[in-house]
Amino acid sequence: MEDNLKMTCLYDKHVALGAKMSPFAGFMMPIQYAGITEEHLAVRNHVGMFDVSHMGEVFISGSDAESFVNHIFTNDVRGLAPGKILYGMMLYPTGGVVDDLLVYRCFEADTYLLVVNASNIDKDYAWMLDNASGYDVVIDNASESWGQIAVQGPESEKTVVDVLGITGAASLGFYEFFDSEWKGGRMIVSRTGYTGEDGFELYASPESIGEIWDMLLAAGVAPCGLGCRDTLRFEAGLPLYGDELSADITPVEAGLSMFCKLDKDGFIGKDVLVRQKAEGTEKKLVGIEIHDKAIPRAGYPVELEDGTEVGVVTTGYRSISLDRSICFALVKSEYSKLGTPLWIRIRKKVFPGEVVKKRFYQTNYKK
Amino acid sequence: MSKIVEGLLYSDSHEWVKVDGDVAIIGVTDYAQAEMGDITYVDLPEVDDEVSQGEDFGALESVKASSELYSPVSGTVVAVNEALEDAPELVNEDAFANWIIKVQMSDKAELESLMDAAAYAGITG
Repeated sequence: MEDNLKMTCLYDKHVALGAKMSPFAGFMMPIQYAGITEEHLAVRNHVGMFDVSHMGEVFISGSDAESFVNHIFTNDVRGLAPGKILYGMMLYPTGGVVDDLLVYRCFEADTYLLVVNASNIDKDYAWMLDNASGYDVVIDNASESWGQIAVQGPESEKTVVDVLGITGAASLGFYEFFDSEWKGGRMIVSRTGYTGEDGFELYASPESIGEIWDMLLAAGVAPCGLGCRDTLRFEAGLPLYGDELSADITPVEAGLSMFCKLDKDGFIGKDVLVRQKAEGTEKKLVGIEIHDKAIPRAGYPVELEDGTEVGVVTTGYRSISLDRSICFALVKSEYSKLGTPLWIRIRKKVFPGEVVKKRFYQTNYKK
Repeated sequence: MSKIVEGLLYSDSHEWVKVDGDVAIIGVTDYAQAEMGDITYVDLPEVDDEVSQGEDFGALESVKASSELYSPVSGTVVAVNEALEDAPELVNEDAFANWIIKVQMSDKAELESLMDAAAYAGITG
């Protein structure tokens, strides 16, 4: 194994299951077990589980916790009730994205849990510390103490309730959570995910996560790797940091303005977003469909009919659920309107297509 | 352990060649299909296209990745396996039974640079 790669608490179980393992975000992670297509369909049609223990958990507490989170976070946590969750981003002053994350309003007074991307844990933690001067907050990077499993799919509620006995899960709404216990240790249960389906994310100690994984596996829940995690999130129109979001792409360009509350007091990067909303942006993230079975991949050029390059593909697949060749692409804004004809260069050939909605798949979240 | 067929020639980019007179029948090896996983698309050249040894003539696509196909010989494409357009999974089912292109060779001496089954087993074992 390569040096410095970390293992999640479930590493040995993945290897025992014969998973194809690969480095991702500094961890050795399972890419697939039975196969990407089979795992993808298990989540769409039944239920699957993902080891997402690599994700980062940072707790922020203290009398200034609310104003500090609101200072570094694009969404608005003012008045957010305990047990509620918001999606949003942390931005650089340039408007580029430090990371996208979930903010959980914890049940303890003045406490928030920020769940961040594995690849960005160290950078995010440093960013929070660097921007905390003047705020009375304690910033606790607890990532090493928590394992996490995502249970996703239309049968996820039944699975979490019947197999794990977490009866309270049934009454959770989308983007809500509660504190619970697993054999005396703390467990957080949230109705969230990254697949476009109903689902739950369970946070607990590494030992507890191991037990929960084994129980779910014994009950027939399909283990699912990062391969189908990407095909699922892509179909649901969800961005991945590093592909659709980065230090060089703002939320306005990525089409995520609804998660940026420009009517709240200054947060880092707000000025740039306000200007971009008023003046427009040079580039925009769009969906493109080509009418062929060829597959647009990240990095392929997007062109006009005369061969002028106007953008680049960020993620693309032959969609498993929709059987369409679709992609996200960053294109010059004048070519971002729905229906605009665009061409994608795939190796030696050029394939005609058009701009389509980014949410390719009709999501099935709990109302 | 992937399957290797005796009597074929092999490239180090995991194509196999069956020689039929001046025509090279070309496919990918079992090792290559297993590495790719579920193949969802085969990017084929057209009949009469010229190919050169070591140059790409098409690609295999799985859900996750694309992998270029390199011609083990130079010449002219005389046939493409159109069945793969609608059923790319045939390559997964039997990589040796489902050829991809047939090439009228322009220089049969190029075959000498390819490996036999034993040598190919050596690089995939």
